[in-house]
Amino acid sequence: MTLAVLALLIGAGSFAAGLLGSLTGLGGGIVVVPMLTLIFHIDLRYAVGASLIAVIATSSGAAAAFVREGYTNVRIAILLEVATTIGALIGAALAVKASPASLYVLFGVVLGASAYRSLRPRAEHVILTTPDRWSAQFNLDSTYPTASGPQPYSARRVPFGFALMLVGGILSALLGIGAGIIKVLAMDQVMSLPFKVSTTTSNFMIGVTAAVSAAVYLHRGQIDPAISFPVMLGAVAGAWLGARVLTRADVRWLRPLFTTIVFVAAVEMLYKGLTGTI
Amino acid sequence: MAMRVSDHAVQQAIGGLLRLGVVVAAAVTCLGGALLLIQHGRDPVAHSTFQGEPAALESITSIVRGAFTGSGDAIAQLGLLLLIATPVARVAFTLVAFALQRDRKYVLITSIVLALLVYALVFGKA
Repeated sequence: MTLAVLALLIGAGSFAAGLLGSLTGLGGGIVVVPMLTLIFHIDLRYAVGASLIAVIATSSGAAAAFVREGYTNVRIAILLEVATTIGALIGAALAVKASPASLYVLFGVVLGASAYRSLRPRAEHVILTTPDRWSAQFNLDSTYPTASGPQPYSARRVPFGFALMLVGGILSALLGIGAGIIKVLAMDQVMSLPFKVSTTTSNFMIGVTAAVSAAVYLHRGQIDPAISFPVMLGAVAGAWLGARVLTRADVRWLRPLFTTIVFVAAVEMLYKGLTGTI
Repeated sequence: MAMRVSDHAVQQAIGGLLRLGVVVAAAVTCLGGALLLIQHGRDPVAHSTFQGEPAALESITSIVRGAFTGSGDAIAQLGLLLLIATPVARVAFTLVAFALQRDRKYVLITSIVLALLVYALVFGKA
C-alpha cells in the first residue's frame, strides 16, 4: 500500500468515527486507536498521538458551540483542569514504561465500560441548589439554560471529583482518548452537577487535557503528519456534519450500532493484549 | 478603573477563539497534507513499527522553519501544532478574563494550568 492510499482510507475511517461519535454523543475519539491499530496495523504510539489530535479537534469544535450557549461552567472546568493536566503529565510519563500489551488490555477495559454505560438508561438526579462549602469557596455555583428559564445549581464533593479527574487525565494520556466517561462520571455522579452541564464542561476540558500529552508526544516523535493529518481532517469533517444532521434527523438507531462497534473493538483489544498477538 | 467583563461576554469570546483555532489549524493541515501526498504519496507505508519522527518534526522552531521551505510534512505538522496550541490559547485568554474580573483566586488557578501546558509544549517532558 502507498502512503496516499493509506491516508485516504484513514481519512474515510476517521470521518465515519467523527460522524458516529457526534451523532451518538459518545465521541469519536475512542474508536480512532482501535481503528488505526487493529485495521491498519499502525504502531500504538503513532495511533495514540494521532488520536489525541482528533480528540482536540472534535472537542474544541463542539466546545465552541456549547460555551456560547451557556451550558459550560468555565470555573469548574479550569479548577478540574489542574487535576487533568497533572494527570496527563503522569500518564505521558507512565506511557514510556507500560508495555503495549498492558495498554491494549487497559484500552479494552475502558472501551467495554463505555459500551456498557451507553446501554444503561440515564437517570436524571435532583439538581441541588443548597450551599456547599467547597462550591462556595471556589465560586462554582451557577445557572444553566432550560426551557423554563435559567436553572441555578451548586456542586458537591469537589475534592472527590478533583481526584477522579486525575485518573481521567492519566487515562487520556495513556490511551489517547478524551476520557469523557470518567469526566462525566465525576461531574454528574460525584459532584451532582446537571447532566447537560457535566457533558459540555467535560467536552470543554478534553481539549486542554489532550493538548498536554499531545505536546509531550510531539517532542517524542509520536505525532506523524502522514497519519495524523487525515485523522484530524476526517474527524473534524465527520463531527461537523454530525452536528448539522443531528438537529434534523432521528438518529436514535445509530446508538446501538456505535455501541456494538465499541464493544467489538473492546473484545479485540482485550484478546490481542492478553494473548500478546499485537 | 476596573473593566467590567461579564461571564457571558467571556463565554462568547472563548467560543469564537476555539472556532478560529480549529478552522486555521484545519486549513494549514489541509494544505500541508495535500503537499505531503504530492511529495510522498507514492512512498511505501512503514508505520507498523515505531521509529519516531525526524528531529525536524519534533520541536516548535524546526517545524516552523521547515514549513517555510515548502515541505508538506512540516506544513501539516505546523497545522497539528496550531491545533495543540488552540486549547493553550483558550487558557491564556481565560487568564486575562479572570484578571479583568479581578478574580484573584481564579487568576492563580488558571496560571497553574497555563504553566503546565506551556511546560509540556516547550520542553515536551513529562
